[in-house]
Amino acid sequence: MSLSEIEATESEQVEQPAGNLRKEAWKRLRRDPVALVGFGLIAFFVLVAVFAPLIAPYAPDAQPGRGIITPTNIPGPSAEHWFGLDASGRDEFSRVVYGARQSLLVGVVATLVGMAGGLLLGVLAGAFGGKVDAVVMRIVDVMLSIPGLLMAIAIAALLGASLWSVMIAIAIINIPVFARLLRGQMLSQRGSDYVLAAVSVGVRRRPIVFGHILPNSISPVIVQATLTLATAIIEAAGLSFLGLGSADPRVPEWGRMLADTQRYLASAPHLAFFPGIAIVIAALGFTMLGERLREAIDPKYRR
Amino acid sequence: MTSTEPLLDVRDLSVTFTRKGGPTVRAVDGVSFTVRPGETVSLVGESGSGKSVTSLAVMGLLPRRGVQVGGQVLFDGDDLLTLPRDRLRDIRGRDIAMVFQDPMSSLNPVVPIGVQVTEVLERHQDLHGEKARAAAADLLARVGIPDPTRRLKEYPHQLSGGMRQRALIAMALACQPRLLIADEPTTALDVTIQAQIIELLKELVQDTGAALVLITHDLGIVAGLCDTVHVMYSGRVVESAGRRELFARPRHPYTGGLLGSVPRLDAPRGAPLHPIPGSPTDVLRWDRGCAFAPRCQNRVDACTEGPPPLESYAGRSLRCLNPLTESEEVSA
Amino acid sequence: MLKFVVRRLLLLVPILFGLSVLLFVWLRALPGGPAQALLGERATAESVARIESLYGLNDAWYVQYWKFVSAAVQLDFGNSARTNRPVAEEMARTFPATFELAVAALIFAIGIGIPLGYFAARKYGSWLDNLSVSGSLLGVAVPVFFLAYILKYVFSVQLGWFPTQGRQDPRMDADHPTGLYVLDGLITGNPEASWDAIMHLVLPAIALGAIPLAVIVRITRASVLDVVHEDYVRTAEAKGLWERTITRRHVLRNALLPVVTVIGLQAGLLFSGAILTETVFAFDGVGRFIAEAISNRDYAVLQGFILVIAAIYVIVNLLVDVSYGLIDPRVRVR
Repeated sequence: MSLSEIEATESEQVEQPAGNLRKEAWKRLRRDPVALVGFGLIAFFVLVAVFAPLIAPYAPDAQPGRGIITPTNIPGPSAEHWFGLDASGRDEFSRVVYGARQSLLVGVVATLVGMAGGLLLGVLAGAFGGKVDAVVMRIVDVMLSIPGLLMAIAIAALLGASLWSVMIAIAIINIPVFARLLRGQMLSQRGSDYVLAAVSVGVRRRPIVFGHILPNSISPVIVQATLTLATAIIEAAGLSFLGLGSADPRVPEWGRMLADTQRYLASAPHLAFFPGIAIVIAALGFTMLGERLREAIDPKYRR
Repeated sequence: MTSTEPLLDVRDLSVTFTRKGGPTVRAVDGVSFTVRPGETVSLVGESGSGKSVTSLAVMGLLPRRGVQVGGQVLFDGDDLLTLPRDRLRDIRGRDIAMVFQDPMSSLNPVVPIGVQVTEVLERHQDLHGEKARAAAADLLARVGIPDPTRRLKEYPHQLSGGMRQRALIAMALACQPRLLIADEPTTALDVTIQAQIIELLKELVQDTGAALVLITHDLGIVAGLCDTVHVMYSGRVVESAGRRELFARPRHPYTGGLLGSVPRLDAPRGAPLHPIPGSPTDVLRWDRGCAFAPRCQNRVDACTEGPPPLESYAGRSLRCLNPLTESEEVSA
Repeated sequence: MLKFVVRRLLLLVPILFGLSVLLFVWLRALPGGPAQALLGERATAESVARIESLYGLNDAWYVQYWKFVSAAVQLDFGNSARTNRPVAEEMARTFPATFELAVAALIFAIGIGIPLGYFAARKYGSWLDNLSVSGSLLGVAVPVFFLAYILKYVFSVQLGWFPTQGRQDPRMDADHPTGLYVLDGLITGNPEASWDAIMHLVLPAIALGAIPLAVIVRITRASVLDVVHEDYVRTAEAKGLWERTITRRHVLRNALLPVVTVIGLQAGLLFSGAILTETVFAFDGVGRFIAEAISNRDYAVLQGFILVIAAIYVIVNLLVDVSYGLIDPRVRVR
């Protein structure tokens, strides 16, 4: 009793219609320092990616340090080359800046495609139920039975090394995540009062799914998409670290830049440090925003 | 009634909740009452009246964070509010025990009933192993749980609601406490079970001589059980009286309303019930007048001009400027 | 309980079936066809023909599938194109290494994660709590291989506290009857070899355990925060029980239920992380072998390893489900 009495005002919000809840969540988010920092990191990352040619002093494949580089002499940060030079004499800063483009592109495309695929499966399973549901969920189970990165490796191997195959591989491993999420949403909402009310007054299936259930499932999907952007960026870096990224070694990818420094870790640690930090910044931004978004939307996670 | 020193003496108890970024809420405000050995006392009120918070404050079970407790809670002369935590732990479960509202959530779902009973005996009576289990089985039998040895091994979800509440009562009675606090002990139960549990409590209290503080919103339960009744509204006591006087002549319009909204056996068939208009959230802050004024049919202008004092006369107390008269009783 | 286990086991059947179909199709969809894929890039026309007849690749698809499944059941996945040894033999060599690494990573993650999550929740809002919350956010945002680099650079290259790579000093004269080097040292009465193996495990285990650690801290904290507000904890307080009884019996026993599930999921995911960690530390396990198979297009290895890892993954999750039933009496009855 006692505490529930006091917290009653808080839990009553659950009963509010989605619109109100969303406004409330938005208000809470705007005052949340963690979410704001996350948003700032994302904005920084996106701006760097978009304006890479303006920010980077050199082209990503230019070799301004060609003459000075030897395997034992890879200069670190200096006034001229902020992040130092890499083993081929290229400007590390320019490559990290250009790398943001690949990372953002892969992250966004993979997430959007994965989300679209997952939503489609989820809606199919949730709306039709029965056999369709059983088949879809078995497929999802099988997909989830292979650890994500391993699955992505298998798919990327199938498609050959390219940026596109990385995107597709990561998109595919995220399909089951969204499919489960949406199916769960639909099942829980199918039994909810407002859907029953709509059914009882004779509204047909399609308007219910598209007019009621989907709009109400959007918040958790947005949260999941934000968090998926973070993991997609990390997974993409992992695949490219393993040599499954772009076939052209001149394309600056953070993951491969890290892999290439393997041999120079002792002599040129800056080559590992800067692309690594870049991945962390991008992934951390989406993680921070996503986690706080989830807490703001779902009171269950708040604490 | 024995006229010895009070066992429990609550003096000017106040509880204030502060939430970060929210307003402070004074859930209990200057509540005083006493319980003598063997006496049964009831705190009555709607949800939000502060009765449960009062009981938790007495037990020291309120969260430490964001809660300020003022006043004194004297038990046997010791102030429980200032007692070191370890001393308080010694008293809890041994001298003062508590039965809670929802027996499902108040029992640990992953620990067998037996362990949840014996742990009290182990803690306070130094009983262990087979001895403790035998004592626990006796306790379960005593509260009317059939086949107690088997039940000891079972988990809460395997028991019915009524059996769970009996098990909770068994745990509370394990060390023969001198004071039992029962917080809405029947609210979560079926109506038929409610009567059985009340009967059980009554019987046990009589047998063991424990004093009982019964917290409830249901005056029907109070009628058969309690010596003294304190009616609370929005954190303050608005009327206190012996059971008979209170039922025969309620003076506070809120008490009258509570009685009028309870079906009575002696009322003529078909006589309408009279719910209190408004809801417990329609309250005035006490410093601006009587908190019940917005819902009160006896309201006069003076009610909203300042807080009405609690005045004592003829063995009862009343906080009202325009109380019910004899003819108005149980507003018909 | 038995019914519960059997039902969970039956759920495995469609998953394993789907998995085998997926991998069967996968190998046939690879560029150059299955024979090329199995033999590697330098395959000659004769060897392709030989493989095709050997594996019956000209048979009807259902015959091929049947052969594939019956071979797989006997753990016959063909030969590695790179080492030219049976894939099963490579598994026997590499799985113990990764198992050892995964256990070390889990010990690290659980040993630190549960206490940290617990104390963060009990000291809600304190510096410790804030630290563990921000740490767990950071933990999932740092790529495993980057963390591995940092650890290797700081603690091996700069400080020299730990070896930079491998499972054991190659100069160490040690026998390996089980393939679990730490255990081997103890069995063969060579504690020095065990110690050396442990020192080689520390950094990879921390790198691999970082994400599970972050997840375990977060779940434990959230779960303890939920449980301490439960009515039964208040009941326990009302009984005057000692703080440690309440913590152990009433808080932790309930709060750890969701943590167990998460640990199971993470245990399976360790394979993903192992691919990257083992590459950085040249740790001779499953992950490194897979990474090398990728760069050498050693598809027979990939096919076999993926199938076995997926099978292990679902079985681990089954075990977690079953053990969940053991700790939560409510599941047991259902």
